[in-house]
Amino acid sequence: MATVISNERLVNGVYHLRVEGDYGGTMGQFYMLRAWGAYPLLSRPLSIHQVNDDGVEFLYHVVGEGTEIFAELTPGDQIQLEGPFGNGFPAVEGKVALIGGGIGIAPLYYCAKELQGSDIYLGFSREAFRTEAFRPLAAELTVDVGGLILDRVDFTSYDHIFVCGPHPMLKAAQLKGIAAETTGKRPKVYLSLENRMACGIGACLVCSVSCRDGQRKACADGPVFLAEEVLFHD
Amino acid sequence: MPNTSATIAGVHFKNPIVMASGTFGFGKEYGKLYDVSLLGGISGKGLTLHAKAGNPGVRVYETASGMLNSVGLENPGIEAFLAKELPYWETLDTARIVNLGGNTLPDYVQGAELIQRDADQRALAGKPAVDMIELNISCPNVKEGGIAFGVKTPAAQEVVRAVRAATKLPLAVKLSPNAEDIAEMAEMCEAEGADAVSLINTISGMKIDVRRRSSVFNNLYAGLSGPAIKPVALRMVHQVAHRVSIPVIGMGGITSATDIIEFIMAGATVIQVGTYNFMNLRAGSSLVEELQQFMHDENISSLDEIRGIV
Ligand SMILES: Cc1cc2nc3c(=O)[nH]c(=O)nc-3n(C[C@H](O)[C@H](O)[C@H](O)COP(=O)(O)OP(=O)(O)OC[C@H]3O[C@@H](n4cnc5c(N)ncnc54)[C@H](O)[C@@H]3O)c2cc1C
Ligand SMILES: Cc1cc2nc3c(=O)[nH]c(=O)nc-3n(C[C@H](O)[C@H](O)[C@H](O)COP(=O)(O)O)c2cc1C
Ligand code: FES
Repeated sequence: MATVISNERLVNGVYHLRVEGDYGGTMGQFYMLRAWGAYPLLSRPLSIHQVNDDGVEFLYHVVGEGTEIFAELTPGDQIQLEGPFGNGFPAVEGKVALIGGGIGIAPLYYCAKELQGSDIYLGFSREAFRTEAFRPLAAELTVDVGGLILDRVDFTSYDHIFVCGPHPMLKAAQLKGIAAETTGKRPKVYLSLENRMACGIGACLVCSVSCRDGQRKACADGPVFLAEEVLFHD
Repeated sequence: MPNTSATIAGVHFKNPIVMASGTFGFGKEYGKLYDVSLLGGISGKGLTLHAKAGNPGVRVYETASGMLNSVGLENPGIEAFLAKELPYWETLDTARIVNLGGNTLPDYVQGAELIQRDADQRALAGKPAVDMIELNISCPNVKEGGIAFGVKTPAAQEVVRAVRAATKLPLAVKLSPNAEDIAEMAEMCEAEGADAVSLINTISGMKIDVRRRSSVFNNLYAGLSGPAIKPVALRMVHQVAHRVSIPVIGMGGITSATDIIEFIMAGATVIQVGTYNFMNLRAGSSLVEELQQFMHDENISSLDEIRGIV
């Protein structure tokens, strides 16, 4: 059990949760959280937004039963965390772009802190949030509301690109990575996938991802995958 | 300390808490969180003769007090299991159960033969081997095989008879709640020489996405597990335990020591814990402790005192 330090509403439906304790983790890893007893049944995976000496932070979007309960948390409340799980983003060198769509910006803040001086692209459908926290960490910060953030990124000018966002955005990023390759510039594109999970540790196989070399587990082999490895079926 | 141990066909279970197939992998992942040798046993992820990729699309959906899964028996195949996972099992002090699935009758038979051959070699080398086969004729998530064998008694009988002939290892047959007559099915297993019956597997269920106007699962239906199915599972265990004299391995929605006691009182010899492993990653170790505490508080010195008491 851990104690909630704060749970701040940033904009409508988006919250910034800070939890006290000695919680580690690298960029792109996640925790399985629950702030209830038996129901809802499954814990909810949330990416690490940042880790520091006080504890660990999350940024989450309220979409259903579980995150609605998270939104009710106030300082001093108890919450259960298991983790950190997953592989996380690789530590890379060279020119890096971080691209986040909506709540997909959550894991990128930790990346931005670890890889200072990246170009950061944040796209939102309606309302931007948390963008000012990214500004001091970015070589260049591009924020877009209502458009397609990927249209603002020249994939050929980066060595490494980290992407987290909704499913269609991940597929589009994969295609842009492949297109960039044909120009001779070959950025390594990494995607963070958000498959439904049950165990979060690699035991149940409900989070399976089809990859070139067969089935992989989003929770244990991912959530970060090299874009070219993933086979998107739909 | 209360005596929690049980024996099935010579296989010793230090306590009745066995982790259910498909919810515990091969134990390695949970082994990082607690000492899985505390457990009575582990039933590994369902294996088929050849590796299986499982079902595409959404594989899990939460329901009221339960979950639907459509994993579709994704597994590395028996040979990969024997080479890569069994060495880890060797290091454990717990009953090792292989859950065997299949698409066709020859698949099941060849699978059982492979496991038997490996066990023979290990016995010669003095190494720990698989302790028991749990024959899964009840997976609702694979189109061919699986459940097709588990619904009608004559179809099931053919598989059980063939697998019984293919292995000397203790054999438990895992029954489906979707069977036409589960008690009749269990009696058939006993008659065919099964050493135990396991029940229940998941119950066939469904979830519709009303906006997309379609089932959320590519396979249309999926398997329901978790506390939602516990009353059904308990009734079936009770029913079957009163019809057969071989041990019953009971499961379905167990999340507490009192749930375990209910199954034992209904007649189960040992129980399995499935979905609860996802609700509490340390389910195994906490249940072992809870059960001891419960038996102590209730003055139960041995599970034999209460087994089948209802
Ligand atoms: C590795 C990983 C990291 C994530 N990081 C974040 C994050 O940092 N911030 C954030 O807001 N969200 C994140 N998500 C998505 C988040 O887990 C879901 O939004 C959340 O589980 C929804 O729960 P709910 O009870 O509110 O929704 P419900 O719709 O009531 O949930 C029902 C079930 O569906 C699952 N589910 C629903 N939506 C998703 C989804 N998009 N992805 C995966 N499972 C889902 C739930 O876990 C639950 O089991 C992440 C998902 C994964 C897999
Ligand atoms: C994700 C998942 C995968 C499963 N895979 C298997 C399997 O491979 N073989 C099998 O016999 N049962 C399988 N089962 C069924 C469980 O072993 C168990 O019978 C069932 O879930 C009921 O128990 P529970 O309510 O405690 O989960 C699976 C269940 C779940 C939830
Ligand atoms: S969530 Fe269980 S294997 Fe990934």
